[in-house]
Amino acid sequence: MPDLITFISAALIAAGAVFFIAGTVGLLRFPDTYCRLHALTKADGLGLALIALGIALTASSFGEVFRIALIWFFVAVASATGGHLIATHARRVDRAEGKEGS
Amino acid sequence: MTDAATLFDLLLAGSVIALAIASLTVRDMFAAIVLFVIFGLLSALAWVRLSAPDVALAEAAIGTGVTGALLLKTLHHLRYVTGKLGEGQARDLTPIATVPAGVIWANAAFCGMITLGLALAFLGAPQAGPGFDSLVAEAMPASGVDHPVTAVLLNFRAYDTLMEVVVLLAAVIAVWQIERGLSDAPAPALGEVWQGFARLTLPAIVVVGTYLLWKGSEAPGGAFQGGAVLAAVGLLLLLSRIYVPRPAHRGLARWAFVLGTGAFAGVALLVSGGGRVAFEYPAQHAYSLILLIEGLVTISIAVTLAALFHGREPVAAPAPEGRNDT
Repeated sequence: MPDLITFISAALIAAGAVFFIAGTVGLLRFPDTYCRLHALTKADGLGLALIALGIALTASSFGEVFRIALIWFFVAVASATGGHLIATHARRVDRAEGKEGS
Repeated sequence: MTDAATLFDLLLAGSVIALAIASLTVRDMFAAIVLFVIFGLLSALAWVRLSAPDVALAEAAIGTGVTGALLLKTLHHLRYVTGKLGEGQARDLTPIATVPAGVIWANAAFCGMITLGLALAFLGAPQAGPGFDSLVAEAMPASGVDHPVTAVLLNFRAYDTLMEVVVLLAAVIAVWQIERGLSDAPAPALGEVWQGFARLTLPAIVVVGTYLLWKGSEAPGGAFQGGAVLAAVGLLLLLSRIYVPRPAHRGLARWAFVLGTGAFAGVALLVSGGGRVAFEYPAQHAYSLILLIEGLVTISIAVTLAALFHGREPVAAPAPEGRNDT
């Protein structure tokens, strides 16, 4: 049984890493701020959730699981807020430069 | 497994150096600040890899978090006074006056000398010696706390820590003197999502900061880390305009600035006499005294860092609309 849990945990962490790579590729390759934010906030959010889940499976106590959940929660909230602030600012910049706000 | 760890360490070391170079050479100031913050985060990770969680916490909280916020605030102020706050052209800001080449080279020479001195000290130190670990471990029972780093910082070498607190006090005094006449750049309106975020995270930051302070006696943490985290509360309050500094608060702020230094020096002097020297806490009260000093120093650090972020002595300008809770 522990082997199965280790396997599932490793699979979840690997899947999370894939999402992080996808988000990073999106950040590097997408054309404008909004697309990049879309790639970064969504893919990394999911990637972090998967990795947190994977680590939580191997945690030794409930306290550890709780702390991992807290870390995930605050990073998720902070990244969503940061993404919103960056997008709002980019939109203002675009409007000031007379571009079409998307 | 060892190979993977070594590979990771090499990548980390390379990234830290590359980020330092990039942060110094990039033209755009905003990009330089972002690179500096990433540099700080990876440095904190490097300290973790070197089994120095205390330094890692300090680097993450002060070196990266608070310093990054101070740099961004400074950039905002520079854009305001140069009239480049307009959204469009604000992105590629160049310095107001170019720094003379002599100053750059002098700075480079000083930095090089410090690096060289550190390298010589490191290479001259006895290799793989016992260090001071055994000395500290021997004296631990008399220190009043259970964490060696806290014992060194607050007891064995408390004088050095007092000087660090004094440096912070001197910094805020200088800022309040210099910035007196400058106009204040308006803080950007951050919107409702930010307000919600601030409301959600404020209580959590208060808990984390207090926990770091409390935990410092037995585990990594302490006054500087806790104070820096609590300073983030001040930053959130200032940015959300939940708290607006007013001239009437100057007296209270001044008391808060000197509280830590005063209490630290006061305790150090009061325990002296009767055969003891300054900083030689009586063993049965050492824990309470250290906790008292750390608590008051934490308050001072938090208020001072938040005041440095605000950047100027509050003057009787027409304050923007805002609720005023304190």
